[in-house]
Amino acid sequence: MAKDSVKIKIRNFNVLYGEKQALNDITLDVQINKVTAFIGPSGCGKSTLLRSINRMNDLIYTFSANGKLTIDETNVYDPDIDVVELRKKVGMVFQKSIPFPKSIYENVAYGLRLNQTPPSTEVDEIVEYSLKKAALWDEVKDRLHDSATGLSGGQQQRLCIARAVAVNPEILLMDEPCSALDPISTAKIEELIEELKDSYTIVIVTHNMQQAARVSDSTGFFYMGDLIEFDKTRTLFTSPSKKETEDYITGRFG
Amino acid sequence: MNPELITRKPIKRSKKEYLALGLPAFSAFVLVGLIILLLAHFVWHGLPGLTWEFLTQSPRNNNTEGGIFPAIYGTVILVFMMSLLGVPIGTATAVYLSEYAKQSSLFARSVRFGVNTLAGVPSIVFGLFGVGFFMQFIGKGIDTASGSDIWSKPSLLWSAATLSVLTLPVVIVSVEEALRTVPQELRAASLALGATKWQTIWKVVLPNSLTGILTGSILAIGRGAGEVAPVIFVGAVYSLPELPSSLTDQFMHMGYHIYVLATQSPNAAEALPLQYASTLVLLLLAFSLNLTAGLIRMRIRKQQY
Repeated sequence: MAKDSVKIKIRNFNVLYGEKQALNDITLDVQINKVTAFIGPSGCGKSTLLRSINRMNDLIYTFSANGKLTIDETNVYDPDIDVVELRKKVGMVFQKSIPFPKSIYENVAYGLRLNQTPPSTEVDEIVEYSLKKAALWDEVKDRLHDSATGLSGGQQQRLCIARAVAVNPEILLMDEPCSALDPISTAKIEELIEELKDSYTIVIVTHNMQQAARVSDSTGFFYMGDLIEFDKTRTLFTSPSKKETEDYITGRFG
Repeated sequence: MNPELITRKPIKRSKKEYLALGLPAFSAFVLVGLIILLLAHFVWHGLPGLTWEFLTQSPRNNNTEGGIFPAIYGTVILVFMMSLLGVPIGTATAVYLSEYAKQSSLFARSVRFGVNTLAGVPSIVFGLFGVGFFMQFIGKGIDTASGSDIWSKPSLLWSAATLSVLTLPVVIVSVEEALRTVPQELRAASLALGATKWQTIWKVVLPNSLTGILTGSILAIGRGAGEVAPVIFVGAVYSLPELPSSLTDQFMHMGYHIYVLATQSPNAAEALPLQYASTLVLLLLAFSLNLTAGLIRMRIRKQQY
């Protein structure tokens, strides 16, 4: 693998919640414009690692981390880093997708209007672009100013993707984006992930192993805070090198 | 299929259950009955005195004739100014406590302890505090600095300030409650889009707790409008035909006016109809304040998707 194709580089990364070690010595590379999936049973640390990338864990008082986590060679945990700028560069889609209780349009425009007031034609354009990117435009173009909370669960999740896309991030983090959705909505989101990876580097945490197998290029299997195995998705699912991985993906535990 | 399974038998209530249903129902009935009785009493006795002149004129002849317009005006202005002072400070405190403060920190705990203590202080103590702190400390300070003599006297401003301190706990507690109902996911979503903490509070958290902030204001207004004891010390007067025109003016107050009519009148029998009418007006005033606030709240709720 060429070195310049690495977007996120994680080296000997440890996370502690108070005294409790949540991640042990994680080392992995996330490739640019690829989908990387983190799988593993609940509490294995996969979400913790995901939230470490855009420093959402900073909200937890007991959180502390050491080791290296760099995006484009910049250390995310450098004391000089502007967390707000970092989060603009690294968008996030959550498990429970709650749109802001505003209109569909305002939801997508929210991030744009935080620090500036762009001309409304520009906002219109970006809103349309983002909704198209999230495959939602055709369903909502006639009711952009209706409440976002009136959308279906799947539509709301795509709205959250549009909301994240609107601030033009380089990386999209997805924390179990489909766990609250029905199979049809899930299929739509998966299709979308496939398209989005041309423009963004995507890291997805999922409970659903089939989903990881379907959408990702590389997969990391986490267990009890350790990264057990990290490989090309095809390799990991067909010929895992570790016994734990094999037990998990074949459904023997987890 | 066994037909017995689908025949519905009437549920038999035990005696205990009848009692459990009866007691609350009886209490509710008594409560509503008392309110109706109270309202009916004042409407019956007060309505004849409730004329246009009564509502729009100033009191004459030692409060035994004329109307109560200055008292209505004074009370409304007072409550308005009190909200203007108290609601922003209370809201800001609630935001600090719920969004910024580390719950275990000594400062946050002291603030919380202070708020709870404040809520339990008798209102007359606030009146004395108003005299000591606002009038004789701040007011005197301004006077000494500017060479005037108007700020250290009882006034509309110091009454509003005193009442806003009195109602602060109500505002703080209800706003904090409202802030807590805003889902954590909304905050996270906003932060993840690159919003700062302050932007998140200003654009997401506060708009979503607007109804709660209004509820707090309504409760504060309800409490503040009914308090008489503190304002006697810091600004309300016995009788004043002119309306207050500046912050340093004294004013008439509905609650105090009723007290004056009942206890200070040279001819109690003559003042009784006026007293009933005044009480009815105070009740209507409180009712319409609550109603207005309720309507605003409903509107906002509708606008919020």
